Amino acid sequence: MNITATPTAPATLDVERIRADFPILKLTVAGKPLVYLDNAASSQMPQAVIDRLVRYQSSEHANIHRAVHYLSETATAAYEAARVKLQRFINAREAREVIFTSGTTEGINLVAHGWGRQNIKAGDEIILSVLEHHSNIVPWQMLAQEKGATIRVVPMNDAGELMLDAYEALFNERTRLVSVGHVSNALGSINPVKKMIAFAHARGVPVLVDGAQAAPHLVVDVQDLDCDFYAFSGHKLCGPTGIGILYGRAALLEAMQPFKGGGDMIHTVTFEKTTYAAIPNKFEAGTPPIAAAIGLGAAVDYLTSIGMPAIAAHEHELLRYATEQMGALPGVRLIGTAQHKAAVLSFAVQGIHPHDMGTLLNQEGVAVRTGHHCAQPLMTRLGVVATSRASFAFYNTLADVDALVAGIRTVQKVFA
Amino acid sequence: MSADPKALYQEVILDHNRKPRNYGELDHPSHHAEGVNPLCGDHIHIALELQGETIERIAFKGESCAICKASASMMTAAVKGKSADDAKTLIHEFVDMATGRITAQDGPHIGRLAVFSGISELPMRVKCAILPWHTLQAAFNAEPSTSTEAEADPMHTPLGDA
Repeated sequence: MNITATPTAPATLDVERIRADFPILKLTVAGKPLVYLDNAASSQMPQAVIDRLVRYQSSEHANIHRAVHYLSETATAAYEAARVKLQRFINAREAREVIFTSGTTEGINLVAHGWGRQNIKAGDEIILSVLEHHSNIVPWQMLAQEKGATIRVVPMNDAGELMLDAYEALFNERTRLVSVGHVSNALGSINPVKKMIAFAHARGVPVLVDGAQAAPHLVVDVQDLDCDFYAFSGHKLCGPTGIGILYGRAALLEAMQPFKGGGDMIHTVTFEKTTYAAIPNKFEAGTPPIAAAIGLGAAVDYLTSIGMPAIAAHEHELLRYATEQMGALPGVRLIGTAQHKAAVLSFAVQGIHPHDMGTLLNQEGVAVRTGHHCAQPLMTRLGVVATSRASFAFYNTLADVDALVAGIRTVQKVFA
Repeated sequence: MSADPKALYQEVILDHNRKPRNYGELDHPSHHAEGVNPLCGDHIHIALELQGETIERIAFKGESCAICKASASMMTAAVKGKSADDAKTLIHEFVDMATGRITAQDGPHIGRLAVFSGISELPMRVKCAILPWHTLQAAFNAEPSTSTEAEADPMHTPLGDA
């Protein structure tokens, strides 16, 4: 496979110093130092974010957007400040285009309900790709079933790259939406979303990008991408679970119906009629996970202080080294060899089921994900039931790759 | 009992994984069922032929991890030639052992299946070991398919007439 050089070459990361920021990385598992390679499922949290959560709960907590007392004002200010941090992180035009959700899944469901139910009719078509995570398949299937619409699927080649010609051929006068992942969670392929968006927009079709696997690893610029919606999760970004972001173009969000009804999303309520609040509040019914939102703000501060270009460059080096080392292991087949990849290695080992691999690698202190990665249509396309997946973050080291390779060799000996 | 997975992956399990007994399909089985673990995508098919009360033939097929395959292989070897009632007793003993409700010593029929006793210390893998047993129970219950995540767990439904 050919891995392209990174366009910029920022200063190398001081990874040992970064690792010292993550208390959990000091753990031992089965008597061995933890080698955490399941970052695509969830990343770990630096002390700065943990401290921010503690400070909020210790001295700033009250409900937001309601009372006039000190704590409520403090909490509201911190929550809204986090929104602005996220706006800058993805270069949205305005903070009100940034909706706090519970995660990527809720963000996609919000669009399926708030935009889809208004705009998708019987006979309409929604374009997804074969690489999608279930969370970017099932909400659209549910909508399609309700409305009598059809799902069309962009195929990929054997390397795990979406086929743009086939994508373009899927468009017709019934195409209403494209919803596509920025980076494949199972294979790491970086999809050509900018080109896909430009093609869709030329035909008046809006595009949602599932950025769950991209936001932690790439510089995300929603204006440069020109996407209409962009959804991602906080817990893959060194933040807490239960928080995520849906970016939406202001004009689209304003025209959409709310997803959930309740407090904080209304303008006036009578039993005859309710008028809704302006965005973003229209989409944030009920008391949100305030601490988690503030924690996510602290997480993007932390990532920004390191620099996303430096993070991307370090992870690229990890991918290059891991691909080389793993590729040289007898009996190991890498699954997903796209030219443009994030630091995700899915692999199969001859004669060893991924679950056995995962259990025995754990015994070496190495945490990998095994299974179908919530991407069963992709597994079907690949002709496998499951894979093992090592997914890297900026706090991983070349020594972590060595530990993975040594672990696989050990497991191969058990099964020899 | 040991929490060390390496102790679980001992030679007898690895041997059954490499050379599974009773692997394949049966023509005209009297009972069969398909079991899936939707969490990992593993699936297994079990077919058997009852003559009177006796399991005359039994076979399994499927794609699964070593724990599941060895469990299925040893299960088929253990119940072949036994009565359906004895097989059902063993299903309960095995599932109770794998889920940690009883120790291997508390199961009078467990015998060599005690090699799976360590699985109760690996909660994420318990379902791998018990999938074949659930599937055998589903076959007895005349349920064509079962799942480790089924709403109606065959182990919690009354035993059907064999």
